[in-house]
Amino acid sequence: MHQLENLYRQIIMDHYKHPRNKGLKDDPTYQTRRIKNPSCGDDVTIQSKVVNGIVKDVRHDGSGCSICCSSASVLSQRMKDETVDDALALVDDYLTMIINKDKKLNEALDDALAYQGVRDFPARVKCATIAWKAFADTLKKG
Amino acid sequence: MKARKDEFPILTSQRLVYLDTAASSLTPKRVIEKMNEYYGEYPVNVHRGVYALSHRATEQYTNARQTIADFIGAAFEEVVFTRGASSALNLVALTYGAQHLNSGDEVIVSELEHHSHVLPWQQIAKKTGAKLIYVPLAKDGRITVEAFKSVLTDKTKIVALTHVSNVMGYVTPLEEIIPLAHEKGAIVSVDAAQSAPHMPLDVKQLDADFLAFSGHKMCGPTGIGVLYGKRALLEGLEPLEYGGDMNDNVEKDGGTWKDTPYKFETGTPPIAEALGLAEAIHYLSSIGFDTVRAHEHALFKRALAGLRTIPDITVYNPEADTGIVNFNIDGVHPHDAVSFFDEDHVALRAGHHCAQLLIKWLAVPATLRASFYVYNDERDVDTFLDVVRRARDFFKEIGF
Repeated sequence: MHQLENLYRQIIMDHYKHPRNKGLKDDPTYQTRRIKNPSCGDDVTIQSKVVNGIVKDVRHDGSGCSICCSSASVLSQRMKDETVDDALALVDDYLTMIINKDKKLNEALDDALAYQGVRDFPARVKCATIAWKAFADTLKKG
Repeated sequence: MKARKDEFPILTSQRLVYLDTAASSLTPKRVIEKMNEYYGEYPVNVHRGVYALSHRATEQYTNARQTIADFIGAAFEEVVFTRGASSALNLVALTYGAQHLNSGDEVIVSELEHHSHVLPWQQIAKKTGAKLIYVPLAKDGRITVEAFKSVLTDKTKIVALTHVSNVMGYVTPLEEIIPLAHEKGAIVSVDAAQSAPHMPLDVKQLDADFLAFSGHKMCGPTGIGVLYGKRALLEGLEPLEYGGDMNDNVEKDGGTWKDTPYKFETGTPPIAEALGLAEAIHYLSSIGFDTVRAHEHALFKRALAGLRTIPDITVYNPEADTGIVNFNIDGVHPHDAVSFFDEDHVALRAGHHCAQLLIKWLAVPATLRASFYVYNDERDVDTFLDVVRRARDFFKEIGF
């Protein structure tokens, strides 16, 4: 059971129990993207507000398992004040970390490094990535 | 009965407690061998070649259909091969439904239905102006005869109900519902995907008008299913797809069709799969469907008794009639829980089981489902219970 314990380390449980930046804004300056995983019921909406090429705010809401919900919270904290280009590069590094074991980790992912354990649970890759993919979509929209 | 583990290659080659039969069953060696026999010895088309190999393939394919007809008590002509139960149920809606429903007609369905037995009717209802009517479920989620009577009217033209719920494991009282529907002149479409694999089934005794099931849930291969239809009903239907093998005569401005079942089966059929399904039926019949049902329900009872001794467990169907247990660890999303099971080589289903209406009715985000079959035994149930207990302790300890 070591692998699962690793996966549910402090960071994930903390963000699952105490999500940051949760709740959506009714504000047209935010770009919104909702992604659902119909097979398990995960349902995530991400909003981002970009001003002069800088991510000023990220909001999230939805329901799902701990990996899905916590990863949205971690994302919302991590992306604040990044440039759009850097934010998209971080999303790429995060997705690579979860899917590809052989690639070097980007330490700049910071708290999001907690999700590297998902690699050992291929069935959970979707849970860990939908919030990040939705976020990237909001940036591409804007 | 003694569990049949030795007969399933996947169970002899790795450590696995397989409790996801309601999604798809494991395949016994003799079914794999039967399909290999086709590909190794007579891998040619049916109904076409005028040579010995093709004759052998056609004969095997024809025998397979007869085996399936005998299994459900139907005539040869009443057994249509499809890609699975989903495509069979779609065929009913897209042919019978499209050809018979009018504005104001009513179609009775339920929240227990698999998506494949409600979405096609929704679409046809939208096109024809017919109305979908849901049987109100009883407190425990069952379809009762009384509730069915409360929605049956002179406008009811079609009743589309599941025989066994794929989430709750309840048997619908169709032997009482079907005559009531017939009194009103309605026809009844039965989703038997969760009953045909697990209990004796006789379409004539049931008096179902249409009935569908899949090969891969009953020890057979994927890619094949069966639509049973009463001969007179099938004869009256226009085919859904047109092309080779289904036609009688083709002219520049039209064609004529073969008789049922062939008019519904254009293109090269799933030959190996038909043989595999027939072999699966021989296999299950050799055990006996009464025995299969009793075995699964005994395992369900053992699982239920064990779950009741574990704190923080909610079982949604303690009165299930078959071998399906639907539950959650309180406060733990099923997708979190299922990874714990996966690490211990216990395969369960987590999610909404292609039955979102029922998950909404239960008012939960999703559930865990364990389902039992001929290859499961009491040890599997005990392993499952041990993992439930440890999973519950683990998640509570880390703060869920």
